[in-house]
Amino acid sequence: MIKKLDLVLAGVGGQGTLVAGKLLGRVALKEGLDVRVSEVHGMAQRGGSVITYVRMGPKVHSPVVEPGQADVILAFEQLEALRWAHLLARGGVLLMNESRVVPMSVGMGQARYPEGVADRLQQVGDGRATVRSLDATGLAREAGSEKAVNIVMLGAMAHCLAIGPEVFIEAIADVFSPRLQDLNRKAFEAGFAIMKENTGV
Amino acid sequence: MKDILLGNEAVAAGAYAAGVKVVSSYPGTPSTEITEAAARYDRIWCEWAPNEKVALEVAIGASLAGARAMTCMKHVGLNVAADPLFTSSYTGVNGGLVIVVADDPGMHSSQNEQDSRHYARAAKLPLFEPADSQECQDMVLAAFDLSERFDTPVLVRLSTRVSHTRSPVALAEVREQTVKEYHKDVAKHVMMPAMAIARHAAVEQRLLQLARDAAGLDQHEIEIRSEKLGIVTAGIASQYVRDALPDASVFKLGLVWPLPVTALRDFAAKVGRLVVVEELDPVIETEMKAAGIACEGKDLFTPLGEYSVALLRRVLSGQPNPEPALPREQLGTAPPRPPVMCAGCPHKGLFMALSRLKLIVTGDIGCYTLGAINPTNAMDTCVCMGASVGMAHGMDKATDGAFSRRTVAVIGDSTFLHSGMTGLLNSVYNHSDSTILILDNSITGMTGHQQNPATGRDIRLREAPAVDLEALCRVLGAASVRVVDPADTWQVEKVVSEEVARPGVSVVIARRPCALIPTGKGRPENAVQLDRDRCRRCKACIRIMCPALTAGPDGYPVIDPNSCNGCGLCIRVCRFDALKLGGDRS
Repeated sequence: MIKKLDLVLAGVGGQGTLVAGKLLGRVALKEGLDVRVSEVHGMAQRGGSVITYVRMGPKVHSPVVEPGQADVILAFEQLEALRWAHLLARGGVLLMNESRVVPMSVGMGQARYPEGVADRLQQVGDGRATVRSLDATGLAREAGSEKAVNIVMLGAMAHCLAIGPEVFIEAIADVFSPRLQDLNRKAFEAGFAIMKENTGV
Repeated sequence: MKDILLGNEAVAAGAYAAGVKVVSSYPGTPSTEITEAAARYDRIWCEWAPNEKVALEVAIGASLAGARAMTCMKHVGLNVAADPLFTSSYTGVNGGLVIVVADDPGMHSSQNEQDSRHYARAAKLPLFEPADSQECQDMVLAAFDLSERFDTPVLVRLSTRVSHTRSPVALAEVREQTVKEYHKDVAKHVMMPAMAIARHAAVEQRLLQLARDAAGLDQHEIEIRSEKLGIVTAGIASQYVRDALPDASVFKLGLVWPLPVTALRDFAAKVGRLVVVEELDPVIETEMKAAGIACEGKDLFTPLGEYSVALLRRVLSGQPNPEPALPREQLGTAPPRPPVMCAGCPHKGLFMALSRLKLIVTGDIGCYTLGAINPTNAMDTCVCMGASVGMAHGMDKATDGAFSRRTVAVIGDSTFLHSGMTGLLNSVYNHSDSTILILDNSITGMTGHQQNPATGRDIRLREAPAVDLEALCRVLGAASVRVVDPADTWQVEKVVSEEVARPGVSVVIARRPCALIPTGKGRPENAVQLDRDRCRRCKACIRIMCPALTAGPDGYPVIDPNSCNGCGLCIRVCRFDALKLGGDRS
C-alpha cells in the first residue's frame, strides 16, 4: 500500500486542474486510501494561477502540499511549472506541459515570458529531481480535443505512480459523462504511452 | 456508503441527513457550494435570498414553524445577518436552526480576515468547527440535534481549506423530514422588553448548561501522547498540528463555544507545556486564560493568514522542514498571473470610460472590483456589499456638492439588490446629487454564476419573476434612469458625463450579460479579425488587456478566436478600422 503520495496540479483557470483533482480523489478512494483534494476556487475562472493539492495515504491530515514536499508536480503550462517547482521534494518528479499561456503582463509587452524553462528546471534539479516535459496539448488535440490536456497529464503522471492505470480508467468512467469517456480514455492512454516512450520502461 | 465530497458538499449532506427542510442563503466564497449542493436534494426547499439578513430571517421563520432550517454565508455575510442572529439567540428554536459561516483566513477571495467565532461569544450561541468533510457532515448533524435539545440556534464555522477540500465521507443515515407542531409563544417569540428581559436570563442559563451538558454532541477528540507538550486546537489548524507534531497530546475541540473548561483543565494538568493553536484571533486562548488555565498561543503564532505544517514545525518541534529539490532562489521569478477581466467581460468598456473621465469611483464587491487595478485603475474605494452608493452620497455632502460632479458609484446587479437599494433610497431622500452605475451582467458573477432576483431564474433554474431594475430605481425616486451597453465605451462616456452633470440622483444601468454565461458567450466564427493592411500597430486594442487579444512579436495584435467573445470593444477603440467582427464580410 502507498505510504504517502503528495501531488500538485498547477495550471491556469480553464485548464481543467479541478477536474483532474476530482479524478485523483476517486482514484484514491478506489485504492482504499484516505485523501485530501484541496482546491482554491476564488479566481479560477478569471485567468488566474490555479493550484490543486492532492494528498493520499493510509491517513492524511493537512490538505496542503508545502515546499519540498511534493512527490509529483503536474504543471499544465511552463510558467506555472516555474512558479510552483519549489514544492517538489528531493527525488520527486516534475511533469511539464510544453504549452504556454501568456499572462496579461506579457501579452501587453510589459514583461517577458521566460525562455528555456525546461532547461532551467533540468539544471537546477540535476541529481535531485526528475524533470520531464511533454506536448500534452498536442496529444490532447490528437485524442480529439485540447480540453482533454488535463487527462493527458494524468496519464503521464499515472506512469510514475504505483497505482495501476486501470484504476484511473475506472475513475474516468465515474467522473465523465458517457459522451466524453472515449475521448478522455484516449487522452489518458496517450499521456501514459508518451511517458513509457520517454523513459523506456 | 463512502463518497468523496467537498467540505461544503458534506455540510449539505449532513443537513439533508438531518432532515432539513428549508435552506436560504446568499452566495459568498468560500460558502457558495453548500447551498448549491443542498439544491440537488429534491426534498429540501432551497433558495437564494437577496442578502444574508433576509436568508437568516427565512430560516428563523422556518424553524419557529417547526422545520429544521439552515442558512449559509461567508464571514462578512454574518455581519449583514448579525441583527436577526443576536435576537434569534433569545427566541430560540422550534425545528433545529443551523447557521453556517465560512471564514477566509489568508483572504483568498475576501475583503477582510475577520474571525466569526467572536459572534458565538457575542450572541451567546454554540459553535462547531469541523476540520474535514467527514466532520462537516457529522457536526452539522450534531448541530441540529444540539439546536433542538438546548433550544438554540447553532453556528458551524468553516474556513476556506475545509470548505474547498474534498475528502472521504461515510454518509450518515438519512432521517425523515419532520415538521414539529407550531405553538404560539409570545413570551418566547415576541422580543419586546418585558419578554426579552426574561429571555436574556434563559440565554445565560443555556450557555452554562451547554458548557456542562453537551457531552455526546460536543464532538471533542482528546488524544494523550507526550506528557511534555499538549495542544488545544480546532478546525483546520488541528490538521496542521497532527502532521507537524505527531507525538504531542492533542485536545481537538469540536464544539468550540462554549469551551469545555473543566475538561480542558484536566487536559492541562496532564501536560507540561500547553499551547493553543488557532488561526486568526486568540479566542480559545483568551477564554482559557480567563478561566485560569495557563497556556501559550499568540505569543508564539501570528494572528494573520493561514497556518501551515512548516510554521508549526518551526515554532514548536525543532524538526527541520523539507528542502525543496528546486529552490525558488535558483529558479528565478515567474511573471505574476493576477486575475483579469475575461475576454468579452462587460465591465471592461465601462471602466475604460470611467478611466478616461478621470472620475472618483466608489466601488463595491464583485468581479468589477478588478476595475481598481491595471489597465483602468478606475476605483477609489471598496468596503462592503452596497457601500458604493452611500459612500458616493457621503462624498457629495462632505464637499458641499463639489465631488458629485466628478464621482460615480459602481455596483453589480446582485449587489445592488443585496444592499444597494436602501442606499439609493437614502440618496434620493437626502437630496443627493450622486450618480450610480448598476453593472447589470444578469448574474451573480464573482461567486460562480448564481441566479438572483433580477435574472428571471431561481436556484434550480426554474422561471421566477425578474425584478425590473429601471422601474425599481424610478420608484425609489431616481431623477434619471438610463440604460447603456458597456461594450460601447464611447456611449458610456457620453451618458455618464451627462448624468454626472445632472442635479439629483441619476442611475445608469450598464447592461450586457457576463461573457461566461450562455447568453453572454461568443462564437468562434464571430471572433474579431485583423486587417493587417489597416493596422498601424498603435496598441490601442492591446491596452484593453483582453485575454483574447495580445501583442504578437511583430507588434500586431493576435486574436485567439476560441477566447474572443465578439463584444466588439477592440473594434470600437481602433481608430484605423483595422478590426472587424468575423462573419461580417461587409
